[in-house]
Amino acid sequence: MSVEINVTGEVVTAYLSGELDHHTAKDMRESIDAAIELNMPTLVVLDFKGITFMDSSGIGLVMGRYRILQKTGADLHITGTPPNIYKVFRLSGIEKLAKLEGRL
Amino acid sequence: MIKNKFTMTVLSRSANESFVRATVSAFALQLDPTLEEISDIKTAVSEAVTNCIVHAYKEQDGNIYITGEIFDDNTLKIKIRDKGCGIENISKAMEPLFTTVGGERAGLGFAVMQSFMDGIKVKSTVNKGTTVYLTKKITKRFSVNG
Repeated sequence: MSVEINVTGEVVTAYLSGELDHHTAKDMRESIDAAIELNMPTLVVLDFKGITFMDSSGIGLVMGRYRILQKTGADLHITGTPPNIYKVFRLSGIEKLAKLEGRL
Repeated sequence: MIKNKFTMTVLSRSANESFVRATVSAFALQLDPTLEEISDIKTAVSEAVTNCIVHAYKEQDGNIYITGEIFDDNTLKIKIRDKGCGIENISKAMEPLFTTVGGERAGLGFAVMQSFMDGIKVKSTVNKGTTVYLTKKITKRFSVNG
């Protein structure tokens, strides 16, 4: 599990990799939240290209970041979702909160 | 008729979430599942085990008992049992987005299990524990070896 943060202007992109479950979610969200706090972005992109497994802990992670960004008025995008991850996201209806890119 | 079976017990540590789903998916490989079927099984098992850790044992130590069975009609049955706090209202707990812990939990564990498996049954007694039964029929595929 790892998170790589890239900051370009007002955009923070977090490249997530490895397995995302209840065990790994805590470290991932701490890295993302630290980058949000430091950079005060207008857009946060969560890139799931490197995620090999995700259960509903991933949805919790996205919902938690959405709540934080609601307070600052920033947008949230989800990109690079592999088909198995996209399937979990679709079940949650997360696209009502964040722009979701991917396919089954 | 039953073709194969395994049982295992793990401590309710979050590091065991990946261990249990990897073990169950390795067992399920005997049924020659597709990548999507394997991914569905791993996700559902991960939800059930996480529920034991987060809800049943409330992040305290306890045992999680897992049984996997393969039947000759290509069905996989998985039983995940805990001796934790139990569920007062099972139908409420199974409602999508319902969660007792809030925060970073989405309340979608049972919704994922229902959606990704063919069958789910939950038995629970308050202060005694919960058992989740998951069933998935794996599509039979033709192979060159017959």
